Amino acid sequence: MAFLEIKNLVKNFGATEVLKGINFSMEKGEVLAIIGSSGSGKTTLLRCLNYLETASSGEIELDGEKIFDSDVQLSEREIREKRLHFGLVFQQFNLFPQYTAFENITLAPKLALKNGIKTSGVSSAEDVERIALELLEKVGLSDKKDFYPCQLSGGQQQRVAIARALAMSPDILCFDEPTSALDPELTGEVLNVIRSLKSNDSTMIVVTHEMEFAKNVADKVIFMANGIIEEIGNPHEVFENPKSETLKAFLSKALD
Amino acid sequence: MFWEVTQTLLEGFASTVKLFCVTLVAALPLGLIISFGSMSKFKPLKWLCKIFIWIIRGTPLVLQMIIVYYGPGLVANWAQNMQNPNAIITWLASWSVFDRFVAVSVAFIINYACYFSEIFRGGIESIPKGQYEAGQVLGMTKTQIFFKVVLMQVIKRIIPPMSNEIITLVKDTSLARVISVYELIWAGEKFMKLEGLLWPMFYTGAFYLIFCGVLTVLFNKLEKKLDYYRG
Repeated sequence: MAFLEIKNLVKNFGATEVLKGINFSMEKGEVLAIIGSSGSGKTTLLRCLNYLETASSGEIELDGEKIFDSDVQLSEREIREKRLHFGLVFQQFNLFPQYTAFENITLAPKLALKNGIKTSGVSSAEDVERIALELLEKVGLSDKKDFYPCQLSGGQQQRVAIARALAMSPDILCFDEPTSALDPELTGEVLNVIRSLKSNDSTMIVVTHEMEFAKNVADKVIFMANGIIEEIGNPHEVFENPKSETLKAFLSKALD
Repeated sequence: MFWEVTQTLLEGFASTVKLFCVTLVAALPLGLIISFGSMSKFKPLKWLCKIFIWIIRGTPLVLQMIIVYYGPGLVANWAQNMQNPNAIITWLASWSVFDRFVAVSVAFIINYACYFSEIFRGGIESIPKGQYEAGQVLGMTKTQIFFKVVLMQVIKRIIPPMSNEIITLVKDTSLARVISVYELIWAGEKFMKLEGLLWPMFYTGAFYLIFCGVLTVLFNKLEKKLDYYRG
């Protein structure tokens, strides 16, 4: 039994079918890269995992627990608890502008304490703050602890956003094109942080346009086109031996 | 003479400030509630709020004051001539012994709440969706997202239109004399009508100017205070 299992996930927006039955699974500690052209459904897939969209049908299972089942209506509280299995790092960072880097990281865990939601290893506000400092260290921003988002570069903001997502200790951390809003010279620092998380055995799903990164860091690559998984395999298979014409065409354009 | 006038005007000014404070304290939260209503996904509530805002913003405040003050009396009159008045009419009629100040306050609160609600709505709708989504994926409740993430950003954005509206309120209080509620302009008018003195009327302007000046300084301070971040 795989760690994460997605079965037949379908998402419609009105009459348009954005996800047309997605099936895949991944193991704990794996890094999965999702590639594909814009509008292929990559982002929608991530948003379904995080409950930002509700899939029209299908199932999501994590570690044997049913996270999503289109036949079951969940209460708001249940959704809140289930979505915490997943973290999400946004393309546009979405840091809270009125809080410092440190406060951005500690806000949600402190509120979770109040809500009575248990995150591993956290039982007090002191724990939250200690972990936040460790995370800032991990993303290399200890010295920027008291800076506001507007005082940080895009790359630094995204690193804070990664630390913020990690503070809720999600089972799987998702990245939605984490470097697409960044200047080229800043993408490296963010990708390095993601790479360093891999050595910590974090399970990650990364939607990306950075082919080199997908090739070098991912254990498994999914190529999506028109709402389906066109190809899935290890980076070597997908990048060196593409089978479908769409993937070949996509790669020749993307690697130009 | 100058001190006598000043003292009389100060009495009028006290009433002006009282009406200003009562309106502000009640209309701000009421405006927030109406703005939630006008953004509600529940269509009937949304339309009810929109129509209410249209009526209140589409008619003069003076007219609203007159309706609030004299309306219940009309109903009472009508109820007396009725054989079996129903509960609603009796309830309305019971309001006919309205205190003038209460009537003016009610009209002001409703009127300003509607204007404030549109400012709140504009502010709330200007916050990017990503802020809500970031809160959601971090497991916050809707209430927490609103109060811990969104509200501060809304306040920062609405300070300029709010200060405009609040400064208008200072001067709108002079309408209260239409239904004989004592206030600053009336105090000045007294000297004009009874003693033929014009300068006390001009002198009232100084009170308004100082009041608005203090408010402007306060708003600037608040704006500066929230200047520590952008976005």
